[in-house]
Amino acid sequence: MNEQATPMTKTFDKTFWANLMQTAGILPVLIVIVIAFAFIAPNFLTENNLMNIVRQASINIVLATGMTVVILTGGIDLSVGSVLAVSAVTAMVVSLMPELGWAAVPIALLIGLTLGALNGVLVAYAGLPPFIVTLGSMTALRGLAYLLAGGTTVINSKIDFAWIGNAYLGPLPWIVVIAFLVLLATWFLLRHTVLGVHIYGVGGNPQAARLTGIKVGLVMLFVYAYSGLLAGLGGVMTTSRLYSANGVLGTGYELDAIAAVILGGTSFVGGVGTVVGTLFGALIIATLNNGLTLMNVSFFWQLVVKGLVIIIAVALDKYRRKGPGART
Amino acid sequence: MTTAHSLSTATSAPNRAPALAMRGISKTFPGVKALDNVQLQAWTGEIHSLMGENGAGKSTLMKILSGAYTADPGGEIHIDGQLAHINGPKAARAAGIAIIYQELSLAPNLTVAENIYLGHEPTRFGVMADRATMRRETAKVLERLGAEFGPDTVVNTLSIAEQQQVEIARALHQRSHILIMDEPTTALSTRETDRLFDLIKRLRDEGIAIIYISHRMAEIYELSDRVSVLRDGTYVGTLDRAELSADRLVQMMVGRPLSNLFDKQSHATDRVVLEVKELTDGGRRVKPCSFTLYAGEVLGLAGLVGAGRSELARLIFGADPIAGGEVWLQGQRQSLRKPLDAINAGIAYLTEDRKAQGLFLDMSVRENITISVLGRDALAGGLLNRAAMARLTAGSIQDLRVRVAGPFVTAGALSGGNQQKLLIARWIAIHPKVLILDEPTKGVDIGAKAEIYRIISELAAKGVAILVISSELPEVIGISDRILVMREGAIVGELRDEAATQENIMALATGTTEMTQS
Repeated sequence: MNEQATPMTKTFDKTFWANLMQTAGILPVLIVIVIAFAFIAPNFLTENNLMNIVRQASINIVLATGMTVVILTGGIDLSVGSVLAVSAVTAMVVSLMPELGWAAVPIALLIGLTLGALNGVLVAYAGLPPFIVTLGSMTALRGLAYLLAGGTTVINSKIDFAWIGNAYLGPLPWIVVIAFLVLLATWFLLRHTVLGVHIYGVGGNPQAARLTGIKVGLVMLFVYAYSGLLAGLGGVMTTSRLYSANGVLGTGYELDAIAAVILGGTSFVGGVGTVVGTLFGALIIATLNNGLTLMNVSFFWQLVVKGLVIIIAVALDKYRRKGPGART
Repeated sequence: MTTAHSLSTATSAPNRAPALAMRGISKTFPGVKALDNVQLQAWTGEIHSLMGENGAGKSTLMKILSGAYTADPGGEIHIDGQLAHINGPKAARAAGIAIIYQELSLAPNLTVAENIYLGHEPTRFGVMADRATMRRETAKVLERLGAEFGPDTVVNTLSIAEQQQVEIARALHQRSHILIMDEPTTALSTRETDRLFDLIKRLRDEGIAIIYISHRMAEIYELSDRVSVLRDGTYVGTLDRAELSADRLVQMMVGRPLSNLFDKQSHATDRVVLEVKELTDGGRRVKPCSFTLYAGEVLGLAGLVGAGRSELARLIFGADPIAGGEVWLQGQRQSLRKPLDAINAGIAYLTEDRKAQGLFLDMSVRENITISVLGRDALAGGLLNRAAMARLTAGSIQDLRVRVAGPFVTAGALSGGNQQKLLIARWIAIHPKVLILDEPTKGVDIGAKAEIYRIISELAAKGVAILVISSELPEVIGISDRILVMREGAIVGELRDEAATQENIMALATGTTEMTQS
């Protein structure tokens, strides 16, 4: 959807490179950060640690992918962290039921989907602003997660979906494989389906979208339901690593997801952006967390550095895009 | 300097320098030379019109004058004979230059006085805003303009015309003596336009040099003391008022004489396609309206801005709720609750405001053209059929002569005329039975206009029933087989053949005479 980056490119070759540059977006920043840590952080550049980074990034990748789709329509989903918690607790509670243990994952995903769809209905058909709707559901669902967990931590060391968080597919952890499958599926959705074009259309110009015959309401409903489903998946991934779940789970995850999307170059007003950019954004955040920890930087300073990097990276990206040749 | 107005100022002070003299102005963007050695001279107390096709460089020249762009080295700008260095908007303001853009730049939530003083509020004791002074001074300027609102009015309660007055008031308040107006009448009704023209003339007589940019020939005739023409970034020449003629201006603008713009051949048949019966929105904007549209016919819908033409079109397209009446398409009654219903029935509507309601500016030409049919026909199924999309896009670009480097260029990068063709292509793609075009040539240059007329004629020849809303009388007369005139939400008359004159249309549109027609 972003091959239109540079007008006046005539040959395929030029278009191809322009596309690559556009898609690459924030990639140079990621590379610089990795190189920097390779020199200054002990044990950073080991196969083990790099895999660790990707593993740590995987849940944020899943959430941020859903967030990308929502933000592409000009919306926002603040509730993903809370949906994640509700789904995780639900998965744990269900897994403890003697007859229903097998249904833990499907039910958790269904819960995520349903809660997302609820956001979607309120945004698409009640016409409420996404920020308000999802701010409300973020708060309400956080409460619900505590209630479901009975104010404590639900533990089950014998969940039958532990493989999600702990097993490997060849050399790759399943959790990473799942994140990349989600990314791939979403990329395909945005790039190769009619719905994908409609998502960009609704975000780019909602009025025109309606007057062109796009089912704007359905598109909105879909993106919030999709984001909810992926938050549910995030809940399953989280709890499968922990063998437990409580009401605090996923607090603040929505902000990391939004940060990854914005780092990835997706426009906050909608209509412009890619999931590949979001992937790089999520990896930047994970790399910073990992590298700074290896360097024994205190958690407080980590927050400071992370925040600054987000602002600087987006400023650089904006400057680069507005550079020579850009016309308004 | 042959006109009465400019004679008085120019001859009484023969030694005075012009208020504005731009010489040797060039502007190069990466890959494009937007202006090449352009000149422009405007005198105190004259209305100097600047004409040219879209892309001729008018806006670029004015942006240089107002400090938004910096010209290439080598050019000179003299204000009142003094060399001026305009390197930013501030410097332009200090030099007495004010520009009023098409899109107004007011803070809608602030009062008139606050807007006029925005950024340089007078203070008491250095901190408190001196509201009394603001109010008093604003009231003075408003009175000079003959405005009907006070300094405490909140801007978003004003009409577009009144907001324009606020912008002019701000310019006067800043003691600007060179006032640039970029297509100021685009959003105004006829009456508002007349009032604006009176104001412009009065400002001229008070000694302000006015540079007036417009596409509308009638306005140029009415206002201009002199007209300068740009073409492809170069200066073509300047005409005195006495030398003005449509043929000459068009020739200067497009570099070729005005050939027959309109194809007068009618393709109308007697096959009824669309029947609108007592259609109304409940009487707010559209009173019950009835008419019939035939295959191959081009039906003009004339009237003043605000007469309810676009609102009627939106009802037929299902974009606004219908309160009463019926729409029949080829003998079948339609239930139109949303645009998609109309589109599925074969009704297409090209909106008046292509940027706000039509284009996806960040999306490619290909997606903009194919988006209306992505889920249909050859492109059915949930997956994108890229081959079919490419075929449709290439065919459209060729048929409609869209000037674009390739299918992946973003729509936002195209000129107005090409954007309009893109939207027409989008609707042709659904093979409409009825095509409603709302001001299809608004803001496009003369070359693109001629091509849009050709496209309309070709579609009519294929049997498409076409309803054209247009505020340009020569256009609506030139392309229509039959003309309906609306006034205050109702269809007040039908004109055809010899009766379709500008005078008759205006008489019906304004209600000055009660015409009856057989």
